[in-house]
Amino acid sequence: MLDSVLFYTFGGVAVLSAALMITRRDPLHSAVFLITTLLATGEIFLQLRADFLFVAQIILYACGIMVLFLFVIMLVRVDAAVPQMRFRVQKLGALAVVFALGFEVLVILFSADKLPGEGLFVQEIAAAGKLPPNSEALARSLFTTYSLPFEMAGVLLLVAIVGAVVMAKSRNRMDES
Amino acid sequence: MNAAFYPVRQFIQDWWLEFFSGVVILVAFPLVVAYVALVERKILADKQTGSGPLPLEPHRTLQPRAEGLRLFLKGDIVPPNADKLIFWLAPILSVVAALTSLGAIAFGPAVQVARDINVGILFVIAMGSLGFLGVILGGWASNCQNLNIGAMRGTAKLVSYEVGGGLAILSALLVSGTLNIRAIVEAQQRSGAWFIFLAPIGFLIYLVASIAQSKRIRFDLLEQRPEPVSGDKVEYVGFRWSLCFLAECANRIVVASIATTLFLGGWLRPFSNEPWFYWLDYLPPILIVLLGVCCIYRAGKQPVLAQSLWMWVLALVCLCVAGVFALPVAAVSLQFLLPGLHGAFWFLLKVGIFLYIFAWLRLSIPRYSFGQLMRVGWHILIPVAIANVFAIGIALFLEYEAGWNRWFAFGVMNFFPVALAAYLLRLHEKRAAGSSRTRAMATDSYAG
Amino acid sequence: MMSPAHYLFLSLALFLIGCIGVITRRNVIVVLMSIELILNAVNINLVMFSRIFGDVAGQVFVLFIIADAAAEAAVGLGIVIAFFRNRESVLADEMDLLKW
Repeated sequence: MLDSVLFYTFGGVAVLSAALMITRRDPLHSAVFLITTLLATGEIFLQLRADFLFVAQIILYACGIMVLFLFVIMLVRVDAAVPQMRFRVQKLGALAVVFALGFEVLVILFSADKLPGEGLFVQEIAAAGKLPPNSEALARSLFTTYSLPFEMAGVLLLVAIVGAVVMAKSRNRMDES
Repeated sequence: MNAAFYPVRQFIQDWWLEFFSGVVILVAFPLVVAYVALVERKILADKQTGSGPLPLEPHRTLQPRAEGLRLFLKGDIVPPNADKLIFWLAPILSVVAALTSLGAIAFGPAVQVARDINVGILFVIAMGSLGFLGVILGGWASNCQNLNIGAMRGTAKLVSYEVGGGLAILSALLVSGTLNIRAIVEAQQRSGAWFIFLAPIGFLIYLVASIAQSKRIRFDLLEQRPEPVSGDKVEYVGFRWSLCFLAECANRIVVASIATTLFLGGWLRPFSNEPWFYWLDYLPPILIVLLGVCCIYRAGKQPVLAQSLWMWVLALVCLCVAGVFALPVAAVSLQFLLPGLHGAFWFLLKVGIFLYIFAWLRLSIPRYSFGQLMRVGWHILIPVAIANVFAIGIALFLEYEAGWNRWFAFGVMNFFPVALAAYLLRLHEKRAAGSSRTRAMATDSYAG
Repeated sequence: MMSPAHYLFLSLALFLIGCIGVITRRNVIVVLMSIELILNAVNINLVMFSRIFGDVAGQVFVLFIIADAAAEAAVGLGIVIAFFRNRESVLADEMDLLKW
């Protein structure tokens, strides 16, 4: 019972904040609602026994990436009264695409005899008590089986840092240095 | 009806202790914070000249309550052009972040609101870093350009020092091998040495980073001279201000608690492994009795009768508390209370030492400018922290794989981060001293 | 844990809302934030399947997705700032320098 209360609460918060996020006029408000969505998604991770990912989501996404977004939004402040969605055709087109996509996915999910997800061939979901400690299992996997992608992710982040600094650096300073 | 009620009752039965502890923290904490602020003013005054807030009621001990009441009743002023949602949200975010991180800290072996989180330390850090959002949104909400820039600088400082602090914590976690808070303290008990002796550089780095993070002393950028009165809190009045202040104080205590847990052995008494130091178990009640004796001694020196009486009352309270602490040591049947009660005492003593050091440093050292601050953080602290992680890793390898003696391995390997730190500091000083002529022409990418 | 259906629907809902955000909004920064939302929806799916099969590889993948999202947000925002410096605007329909 605790599971369903938590899921519906935080799932509802996630979907509600996401809907609010895309409809706000002020991009700063959108960012704040994205923060709540990310926190709710983090809680869903926690419920699925992925506690390291819960913490990683909060530190990296909600406090790292969102601080970046907040800084940029504050720097490129445009008049918030500018209408954000000018073309009606675009809105209708978006809704059409989304409905088509959603309908397609739901058809695929429901086309089996069972409910979505219940047709999985796994006999049973691993009991929570028998799962290995999450951080240790994740670390072991990350440093042995997936160590190459791990190193590549590090290089990717380094390249991204260099690229972002180069892109955002002021033109005058670049000529000087 | 009964069938629906049963799971609710089961839920309450399973989780009532956590809820109760959480409620106790929420209710007791503002009072604790107010008294910590009073104690800090007393410490500052003691270092400077006098005896701090003194007149009226005894040693101003009732002042925090009066101040709390005043803040609660003060009218709420919202700046006219402020962003209403964000103005409302920022202090709430700071307070929620700070108080949630308090929940995962273990004050004793059995005293922890959120028990046995497998990633306990990371959870505390994560919740602490949610407070950054409170800073940046708070600066924006006031719709004032100065405060906005101040808040952005403050957040930049917090993020930079979080990296350094995180790496320092990583070095201690390498030695302990687990993220669970209780298991970290137990690892220190098993290894017989607090991690400050095994990773002293990590401790020092974390100390610097935590002072920066809790917006204290040398690093309280947001309350500097150019900023109006209380920096990022200036637009908040009454209850909202008290929320901001509560968040800042809670952050300080959380940071001190993390340092205590990771480096100073949490709730362990000194030499907890050695059996012939058991007499240290008598130390808590003895210390409190000494405090009571001090109160009695000072009671005779008070100018006003009310203050003497108050000192006598305090002495009596101290003696009662000392009795409570002495009982489990003396009576064998109450031995089970010993780890919890004494553990909480040692933990709070260590956290108190940290808060005292924070207040002490506040007086002794002048402030940094923003450029210097960022330079220290990125050019000195982070390289030394990375070198420290490497050194601790190699020391652990030497101990476990190559079979060296633990103290020898750690002693040798700790030399390298120290050398790097000395080298970087020398570079920093040479650059600061020798470039005064070229400074006017060079572009300072961190300043402004 | 709830049945997999619940998590699949939740992630579908978030994915579709993210799609609407990407297609509809003019402000490029909000478009980037909607992309983050889409990535989060995928993360929920991955973590759920990792829990069902007891295999931690799904969570490793999520960690890489988070790292990748950080890199992409940083570079994307760098581009936005560079563009803002030139054109004083971050609206998507005003980024038409390559139009012919």
